[in-house]
Amino acid sequence: MIRYILRRLLQVIPVFLGTTLLVYFMVFALPGDPIAALFGDRQPPQSVIDALRAQYHLDQPFLVQYGIFLKNLFTLDLGVDFTQQPIAATLARIFPVTAMLAVEALAIQAIFGVLFGLWAGLRRGGIFDSTVLIASLVVIAVPTFVLGFVFQLVFGVYLGWAKPTVGAQADWGNLLLPAIVLGLVSFAYVLRLTRASVIENMNADYVRTATAKGLSRPRVVLAHILRNSMIPVVTYLGANLGGLMGGAIVTEGIFNVPGVGNKLYQATLRGEGPTVVAIVSVLVLVFVLANLLVDLLYAWLDPRIRYEA
Amino acid sequence: MRLSRMSRTLGVAASVALALSACGGGSGTGGGTQATGDPNKVITAYSNEPQNPLLPANTNEVYGGRVVDQLFAGLRAYDPNGKPVNDLAESIDTTDSQTWTIKVKQGSKFTNGEAITAKTFVDSWNFAALSTNLQNNGFFFESLEGYDAVSAVKKETGADGKTKTTPAPTAQTMSGLSAKDDSTITVKLAQPESDWSLRLGYSAFYPLPSEALKDPKKFGENPVGNGPYKMAKDTGSWVHDQSISLVKNPDYKGPREAKNGGVTFKFYTDPGPAYTDLQADNLDVTDVLPSNALKTYTSDFPDRNSTKPIATDSTLNIPGYNPNFQGDAGKLRRQALSYAINREEIAKVVFNGTRTPATGYAPPVIEGYKADIPGNEVLKYDPAKAKDLWAQAEKIKPYDGSKPLQIASNTDGGNKEWIEAVANNFKNNLGIQAEIQPFAKFAEVLNLRKSQSLPGLTRAGWQGDYPSLYNFLGPVWATGASSNYEKYSNPDFDKLLKEGLAAKTTQEASDKFNKAQEILFKDLPGVPLWDYTRPLVWSNHVVKAESGWNGAILYYNIQAK
Repeated sequence: MIRYILRRLLQVIPVFLGTTLLVYFMVFALPGDPIAALFGDRQPPQSVIDALRAQYHLDQPFLVQYGIFLKNLFTLDLGVDFTQQPIAATLARIFPVTAMLAVEALAIQAIFGVLFGLWAGLRRGGIFDSTVLIASLVVIAVPTFVLGFVFQLVFGVYLGWAKPTVGAQADWGNLLLPAIVLGLVSFAYVLRLTRASVIENMNADYVRTATAKGLSRPRVVLAHILRNSMIPVVTYLGANLGGLMGGAIVTEGIFNVPGVGNKLYQATLRGEGPTVVAIVSVLVLVFVLANLLVDLLYAWLDPRIRYEA
Repeated sequence: MRLSRMSRTLGVAASVALALSACGGGSGTGGGTQATGDPNKVITAYSNEPQNPLLPANTNEVYGGRVVDQLFAGLRAYDPNGKPVNDLAESIDTTDSQTWTIKVKQGSKFTNGEAITAKTFVDSWNFAALSTNLQNNGFFFESLEGYDAVSAVKKETGADGKTKTTPAPTAQTMSGLSAKDDSTITVKLAQPESDWSLRLGYSAFYPLPSEALKDPKKFGENPVGNGPYKMAKDTGSWVHDQSISLVKNPDYKGPREAKNGGVTFKFYTDPGPAYTDLQADNLDVTDVLPSNALKTYTSDFPDRNSTKPIATDSTLNIPGYNPNFQGDAGKLRRQALSYAINREEIAKVVFNGTRTPATGYAPPVIEGYKADIPGNEVLKYDPAKAKDLWAQAEKIKPYDGSKPLQIASNTDGGNKEWIEAVANNFKNNLGIQAEIQPFAKFAEVLNLRKSQSLPGLTRAGWQGDYPSLYNFLGPVWATGASSNYEKYSNPDFDKLLKEGLAAKTTQEASDKFNKAQEILFKDLPGVPLWDYTRPLVWSNHVVKAESGWNGAILYYNIQAK
C-alpha cells in the first residue's frame, strides 16, 4: 500500500515538469512585451523598462527563463510578481481562500447531491424524482455566470441575506453564496450520478440477498445500496476538486473573491509567467493528490479493490 | 499621461498609466452646508491592487496614485477646478521663469515626527531623478539643470543586436537644485518654463521622509507621509489583493483637510461586483462603472450620482509615414477624415454621454483653454465637405485603396464599439473601406507605434498630469517628445511651445500654446475626437462625492452619514 502511494507520488514529477513547461511556453508565447504593457503610452525611461526586463529574466530565451524558474523552485524561491510582491506570499494568501471556497462547494454538492440522488433513486418515478430531475436539468443548462449574477442580486442586493461580494472578508460565511453558485452545477451531476447508480444497484443480487436475509431497510440502503453506488460519484467528486480549485475564475470574478481564479486570470493577462506557473503547479499537485485520494477511497468502498505494488 | 485603455474595465488595466492627483483644496462642496456628516466615520472606495510599492515618484498608475495622493502633500495642491493653490509652499517666485525660489512653510511634519524642510524636498527630488533608483516618474525633473547627469544611461548592443540601457549617472544630485536654508529651495531650470510651478502638486514632487530614501521598497509597503490621511496601522494596512486602509491625519492643516475619519480602498478586479456592492450599500463610492451601467447609473442611483468634465482627451493619430496621408493630397485627406466623423452622435450613442466632442487638442477644463482656435472647424461633422475634400485629394494623387484603412487598438478596454462607428463614418462618407485592427493587448499596439510600422491609424489618449495647456501639447506633439510615438515634427510648432514656456505671464503663455494648436490643426498629425467626463456614484452612507479636475475622487471632501 505504502509503495503504491509512493509510486503514485513519484509520478507527480514528470506530470509536473510537463505541465509547467507547457504552461510556461504558452505564457511566453503571448504577444506583446509584458513590461511595456505595465505602463501606458507614457513609458518610463528605457533604463527602467530594461531593468525590469532583466529582473524578470525576460531578456533571456524561453528555455533559460524556464530553467531559472526550476532552479529557483528547488531553492524554494518563487521570485516576485509584477507588483513586486513575493509570489510565495501571494500563494500563501490566495490558496487558503480558494481552498475554503472549493471545500465548501464540494461539501454542498456532495452532501446534497448524494442525499437528493439517493432519495430520488429510491422513489424512482415519484413526484420528488421528477421534480429533481427537471430542476437539475435547468441548473445544468444555466451558465454559472448567470446563476452568479442572479444570486448576487437576489440574495445580496434585494433580500440582503448575504454580502453581495466577498472581498477582504473571505470567511466561511461570506464564501457561502459563491460556494453555492460554484457547487450548484456539479451538484446536479452528483445527484444524477447517484440516482442512476442507486437505481442500478437496487436490483443487484446482493441487495436482494441482504433484504432476504432480513436486514432492516436503512441498513440495506446505507450499507449496501449507497456504499456501492458511491464509486462513480467519488470518481467524479475527486476529479471535480481540482476543477473547483482552478475553475473558480468566473465565480471568483463575480463575487470578487481574492483567490486563485482571480489571480490566475490577472497574471495570465499580464503575461506573468512565474506567477501563472506557480499557481498552476500547485493546482497540478491538488489534482494529482485528489485523484490519489479517490483511488484509495475505492479500496475502502469496495474491498475487492486492493492496491499492491 | 497617455491612457492605455479608455475604460478601465479590468483590474489588469493596471497598465493604465494614469497619474491621478486627487488634490483639490479650498472651501467645501456646494450645498454641503446643511448636510451633517460624521467626521469620524470611515468611508469605503473602489480601487485595485497598486502596481508598485507606494513611493510617490514611482507611482504612475491610477490605483497606486490615488493612495499616494491621500498619504502625501506637496508644495502645491489643485482645487476641484484644477486651480493650483499653495499647500506646503509659502511662496513660489520667479522673475525669468528659469530660476525659481520656493519658500517652504515651517513647522510641518511627517506623521513619524520628522520635520519637513527645504532639504527634505531637495533630497526627495534628487532621489526621484537619479536613474539608478529606477523611479517611473523620474523624468518629471527633466527640466531641471543637471538632470541629464543624474539620469544618464549607458547603451549597450548585445550579440543579438538588441540594445540594452543601464543607468549610469555621472552625478548623484542635480546641479540646479539646492536648499539655501531650512525654508528656501532654489531651482534652476535648463530653459525657461513658465508653467513649471503648476507641476508642483503632482505626486513626483512630494516630499519623502529620510527613512524612505534608505530602504524605498520597505517604505513603499507602509509609507509615512504628510498628507490628509495616514496608514491605519503602524505596521502597515496594505493587505495585498484586498484593501488599503487609511485614517485621517489630525496633524494635516492644508487645503485638503479630511471631512471623514478615513478611507478604506477595497480592491476589485472588475467594476461589476463593485457596482453591485454599491447597490447594496456595501461600498461607498466608485469612479469606475461597468460599461453596461453607463446607460443605467442615473436611474440606479437617482440622487447619488454626478458627472463632471475632466482633463482627459482622445485623438485618432494619422502617422506621417503613411503614404496615403502625405503631401498636399494627404493634407486634404486628413481634413476629410476629421469632417467625416460624427463626434456628437458617437459620444451620445456609443459613450452614453460620457464623452463630449473635442474642440481642440486640450480639454476645456484646462486653464487657458480657447473654444475658437482658428482651424478647429475641421472638428465639425460635415459629410459633404469631407466627400469634397477627398475628391480634391484624388485629383492630386489617387488613394491606394488596395487594403482597407485600419485603425489599430487594443480591444480589452471598450474601444471596439466606437472605432467601428468611426470606421462606418469613413465608409459611408468617404466611400473607402475602413476597419478596426484589433489587438488583445495594449503593448502590441505600442510596439507597432514605437517601431513606426502601423499600417493605418491608431487611437491615443491623454490624461493631464497637471493642469496646463502645455502638458497636452509638449509631451505628445513636440519633436522627439517622450510620447510622440508617430514622430510628428514641425519646427514652427516647437518654436511656439518654447516661446510659451518662456512667457512671463500665464496669459501670454496660453496665447502661445493656443497659437501652437493652430499649427496642429493645419497639419492634423492626429484628429481630436472627444473629451472625457467622469461619472461617479455613491452609497446611502455618504452625503455626496465629486471628482477633481483630473477625474480623481476628492476623498477628503466626502462626508459620511
